[in-house]
Amino acid sequence: METLANLGDGFAIAITWQNLLLALLGCFLGTIMGALPGLGPSNGVAILIPLAFTLGLGATPSLILLTSVYYGAMYGGRISSILLGIPGDEPAMMTVLDGHPMARKGLAGEALSLSGVASFVGAFFATCGLIFLAPQLVKVALLFGPAEYFALFALAFMTLGGVSSTNQAKSAFAAALGLGLATIGVDTQTGVPRFTFGEVHLYDGLDFLVAIVGLFALSEVFIFLETRHGGSDAEGSKMKIGRLYPPLSMLKQCTPTMLRTSFLGFLAGVLPGAGASLGSFISYSMEKRLVDKEGTFGTGDPRGVAAPEAGNNAAAGGALVPMLALGVPGSGTTAVLLAVLLALNITPGPLLFTQNPDVVWGLIAALFIANFMLLAMNIPMVGLFTRVLMIPSRILMPIVAMVSFVGIYGISGSTFDLLVMIGFGVMGWGLRKLDVPLVPIILGTLLGNAMENNLRRAVTIDNGNWLTLIDSPLAITLWVIAIIGFILPLIVGARVKARMHARRDEEGSISD
Amino acid sequence: MTISATRGALAAVALSLSAFAASAQENPECIAPANPGGGWDFTCRQVGKSLQDLGLIDQTMQVVNLAGGGGGVAFAEVVNKRNDADNLIVAASSATATRLAQGAYPGNTMDQVRWLASVGADYGVIAVAADSEIETLPQLLDQIKADPTSVSIAGGSAVGGWDHLKVLIAADAYGIEDVRSVKYIAFDGGGEAVTQLLAGSVQGFTGDISEAKGFVDSGDIKVIAVLAPERLEGEFSSFPTATEQGVEAIGANWRGFYAPGGMSDEAYDAWVSKIGELYASDAWKEVMAANGLAPLDLQGEEFQSFVSDSVARIQSISKEIGIIK
Repeated sequence: METLANLGDGFAIAITWQNLLLALLGCFLGTIMGALPGLGPSNGVAILIPLAFTLGLGATPSLILLTSVYYGAMYGGRISSILLGIPGDEPAMMTVLDGHPMARKGLAGEALSLSGVASFVGAFFATCGLIFLAPQLVKVALLFGPAEYFALFALAFMTLGGVSSTNQAKSAFAAALGLGLATIGVDTQTGVPRFTFGEVHLYDGLDFLVAIVGLFALSEVFIFLETRHGGSDAEGSKMKIGRLYPPLSMLKQCTPTMLRTSFLGFLAGVLPGAGASLGSFISYSMEKRLVDKEGTFGTGDPRGVAAPEAGNNAAAGGALVPMLALGVPGSGTTAVLLAVLLALNITPGPLLFTQNPDVVWGLIAALFIANFMLLAMNIPMVGLFTRVLMIPSRILMPIVAMVSFVGIYGISGSTFDLLVMIGFGVMGWGLRKLDVPLVPIILGTLLGNAMENNLRRAVTIDNGNWLTLIDSPLAITLWVIAIIGFILPLIVGARVKARMHARRDEEGSISD
Repeated sequence: MTISATRGALAAVALSLSAFAASAQENPECIAPANPGGGWDFTCRQVGKSLQDLGLIDQTMQVVNLAGGGGGVAFAEVVNKRNDADNLIVAASSATATRLAQGAYPGNTMDQVRWLASVGADYGVIAVAADSEIETLPQLLDQIKADPTSVSIAGGSAVGGWDHLKVLIAADAYGIEDVRSVKYIAFDGGGEAVTQLLAGSVQGFTGDISEAKGFVDSGDIKVIAVLAPERLEGEFSSFPTATEQGVEAIGANWRGFYAPGGMSDEAYDAWVSKIGELYASDAWKEVMAANGLAPLDLQGEEFQSFVSDSVARIQSISKEIGIIK
């Protein structure tokens, strides 16, 4: 009951006109930044830090503004994923898989509003989890040593099979390509630069955002350039928008999915070093394993939209647990928030909850408020967002190209990144022609480094003994789930495959 | 409030635009050579905020994150493209000196920029979990001496980085012959390294006081040595120094700034005096106390020669332990 009393105090702190306006402003700006390809939550928060300082805000109002931006960006990332097939940020990548096909089927409105609801559910449960479980959950994070992290990443990759393509070999190839790209940069375990060719820009490895924008956005532009003679100008106006609210039956169908993936995403968020991308990825692939009996995932299944959106928003809330309770950021964005806390002379850590209860509970209350605001703001705005689909491609595509270039240059300020982006664009163009799915490449690049480092940490700690990888009950459990996830589809695969074959003819272009 | 919120919205839009429009305005600029959230980012933001609070600068300090190459991208950018900018400072620390010393910024040396001033130092600590049997630094080093494979030490920097060097300096000072046998595990930042110490994956932690502070307060870890010349003040005075335990090891992660090599003397002097004034202020003393920063009051010429000394020293350590030839 003490928790509820604390929460009550938190609401008392959060509900002032100033704080509510800050939350509204944060939600709005966050949604826009999330939707723009290239600008993700961490950059969005970083850009607004000077505003918080300029307005001379105290600790709680600053945090309210910045976490609203954070939640807003997590909501907003899905918009461009669904409408354009271009993820607005890393965690929204899985939403492309079913969201974009839904939009192509003329269900853009349903996809947007459903994902808004899923985002709300994920964020809502994560915030509840943050309130009641934060101190206990820290212990979960402490169960994960390098060996367990490696098992977790291995699990993610072993359940990858068929996530985004009907051709398993092409998925595996794409994931391997991503893992290979992840090895570029200085190897932290030995301090040796790998594949950098003396180019200092490559020392920190490839930037995921550059890779995503290049692979998804630019390659889309290239494809358009190539096919524009075919009268594709008219394509935009032919597109149907669909209803602005999801039908009740769709919500009902997705409810169990949303609840399960909220839980999974939250757990992934709590683990420092896993984060929202892993949250949305695991949510999607587990859900596909669990409920995709007809093989409709990847072709515009509403559950395939709800799963990653609930997962990644829940992970965003989960990532606040280690940040507040351990002072360890679980993602890029929480690292920025941590820096803000430090700049405001608040040291997050095991004692934050007792030393600065007003900050913690004010923040949590603000998260609830921001979450409701985002739902209220996002559903009516669906109609506005879907207008994007009415824009003819010949106007939309140059805008996409411009936003990509300006966005990447604006963040990194380096022309080298622009060249890398163009390189990825050309690569994406080629891979699309070969029908190789793009999502596993990003996952490989995104998770490859952490996976490799944890493997080598674990083995080094145990003096080269590889059995250390299966030395704890938790690690063994994770391996068992991974192996089941890998083998089960092979056994029941034959049945599914027959169905997929029938389906492939009618929806041959799903993987682009 | 409505007015200021509207203004705020305008400011926010302007700020987001300014991020796009490679900053044409005349705001003072601080480059943090890393992604938001790290130590350099903190240095820029905290100093920028304090300078503005104290009225030493009229406009908001614009913090630009120019990540890459462990600071190398920013260094090269400043040397090659911004060499005569008068309104620009760049956050630096021991990590910058370490990389310059080890030649990890290809083609760049410390003489290509002007070193401005320090804003404090974060002394290195070596810590173990609260329930560890180890109580003193010699105990830990004895155990490493007896069987190097039995102790893993976690730190937030890459192999060869500053956190790694600190342990090696201590091991070297204690007479461990082959310091490369010391098992160092690199994590992504001090926070992750401490977490792994709590989780029991590793036996020791090397990092800065600021990274360890929260966990010391909560009683989760115990600091067995601080690598400072003498005991620190205030709440940190209970930490024994390595020196008093017979291990002559000192390791301070200083924080400060450099400026473009072609900055005019006028602008250079102005920045030096502004940062000097900031350092002397009570507000900054509070920031230092809250973050476990120890005094390190060097400006202008003094700071220049301090950095050049530490580059030379790190170079000789790195050669000694075989990180560079």
